[in-house]
Amino acid sequence: MFLINGIVLLTAGMAFFGNEFYSFKKTTVEKLSTIGKIIAANSTAALAFDSPDDAREILAALRAEPHIVAACIYDKNGKIFSEYYAGNEKSKFPPSPGPQGYRFSYTHLDGFVPVMQETLPLGTLYLKSDMGALHAWLGLYAVVVAVILLVSFLLAFVLVRFLGKSISTPILALSQTAKIISDRKDYTVRAIKMSNDELGSLTEAFNQMLDQIKKKDDNLSEFNQNLELKVRDRTAQLETVNKELEGFSYSVSHDLRAPLRAIVGFASILEEEYAGRLDVEGKRITAIIKKNTMKMGRLIDDLLEFSQMGKHDGMKVTINMGRMVNDIKDAMALQYDTHRISWSMGDLPNVNANASMIRQVWVNLIANAIKYSGKNEAPQIEIGAMTKEGEYVYYVVDNGVGFDQQYSEKLFKVFQRLHSPEEFEGTGVGLALVKKIITREGGSVWAESEVGKGACFYFSLPARNEIRVNHQ
Amino acid sequence: MKHNNVDILLVEDNPDDAELAIRHLRKNNMANNLIHVHDGEEALEFIFSTGRYAGMHEEPQRPKVVLLDIQMPKVNGIEVLGKIKADPRTRSIPVVMLTSSKVDPDIEKCYALGANSYLVKPVNFEGFAEAIKNLGFYWLLLNQLPSE
Repeated sequence: MFLINGIVLLTAGMAFFGNEFYSFKKTTVEKLSTIGKIIAANSTAALAFDSPDDAREILAALRAEPHIVAACIYDKNGKIFSEYYAGNEKSKFPPSPGPQGYRFSYTHLDGFVPVMQETLPLGTLYLKSDMGALHAWLGLYAVVVAVILLVSFLLAFVLVRFLGKSISTPILALSQTAKIISDRKDYTVRAIKMSNDELGSLTEAFNQMLDQIKKKDDNLSEFNQNLELKVRDRTAQLETVNKELEGFSYSVSHDLRAPLRAIVGFASILEEEYAGRLDVEGKRITAIIKKNTMKMGRLIDDLLEFSQMGKHDGMKVTINMGRMVNDIKDAMALQYDTHRISWSMGDLPNVNANASMIRQVWVNLIANAIKYSGKNEAPQIEIGAMTKEGEYVYYVVDNGVGFDQQYSEKLFKVFQRLHSPEEFEGTGVGLALVKKIITREGGSVWAESEVGKGACFYFSLPARNEIRVNHQ
Repeated sequence: MKHNNVDILLVEDNPDDAELAIRHLRKNNMANNLIHVHDGEEALEFIFSTGRYAGMHEEPQRPKVVLLDIQMPKVNGIEVLGKIKADPRTRSIPVVMLTSSKVDPDIEKCYALGANSYLVKPVNFEGFAEAIKNLGFYWLLLNQLPSE
């Protein structure tokens, strides 16, 4: 602030000084040139009549001009005709007249003026003026400018101090208040209004803003507190329900299986040890009892698997989908008759998810495709994927029996089947499990089909950034 | 019954399961020296000669294998397992845990306590029969115990 002030003042002073210096020099030259013209005009007669005394008298008139320290007149041959000295000191004159005009040297201003009668040159007048006046003037002027500079600088300093204080103090107070608030997160702090000007209204606006923030902050923390309480309540409730469910599935698996084991066990003893006493119908009925009991056992197992699924959150890894599907395909060959199937595999993008869960999805979908295309003479299964709006959509298509599209939603519900166990085996849990897994992984499942024209099952997974590579 | 040479101690509260197991063992001639007790309390009394079995033996009983159901009233299988494995005199008795459930949360606890095996009783008869037969065959004939 002061620096800028100083620079501005100094520049102005210099410009002023320079301008004055230039115009003073110009005035001095003009003055000397006027004197020169007059003396030259008066000297024509003296030169014409070759009277050095007249000339001296004319030159003596220069005494009225104390700055002219010396003068002389040359005759037309360039010889000094008459001389003049202001003081006693005799200065040297140039030996011959120089070109017409005035020139500044450091100490002097001198010039040559032709002395003419009409157009006839008679000689040359030489004038020498010292720069004392200029130097004296310059000195005085420098002092004046310096004083003006100093005074304005002091004035500026005082003004800046005074005005600056009245501007910066409220602003500093505001910024300090803001800092206190941001440090302590205390929205009850207010800035003090110091004046009724623009800064005063700025402070008021600032305080009003704080009022609003305070109100919102209060609302938010109240809301947060309520939310925390709610979350705690819900968590407790959920934990209780979870415990109950765990206990429930435990007792389902234990207590429901034990009687089934007894039914199958004793029916088997009937079959084995009492075969001789049972007729054909008796044996058929025993077989039905066993078959249904075993089915009940499978249902319990599948249901348990479904309810237990996802209880332990596995780590998400980058899954090499192509390799996973090929592995599953190979494993299927051991379990099912797959040699008639013609497979076609598209590119499967890798995805970041729980590997064992996704494996389960593929196993269920591929096993379904094998199962439901098994009655076709030339079963075909196509596995592929496409990319759609930030997610990968994988699909398994078969040319099996298909289903009625209007029931496609039912497929993904537990124990919902679209085929009888006589047609195709199954408990109706596989696709429900697929849906549960994919939903947990942030994707969705759907199916398209027409009766007799095969089915296509899709599942989508978010195309997340791949972080870790899982080489399995 | 003399309890000197007990091959199998079957600890099973479910009489049907017990009967089926005994039947299969008997079929394979492995039930000759079998004792069936009905809960954990009785199992411990038998092994350590207390309660009902007090004064019957000087030393704790050392059957060749204990088939131990987990879910039982009073003293459950895990407690029995803990007591057997905690006593230096009975620690070397092989204990096979029997459970009805594949998803039993106790499986890890059992191994931590020193269970020698863990068997899920299959619903299907053939599976159960096969499992019991193999079990008896392994623990009675193949398994070598430290000499007394």
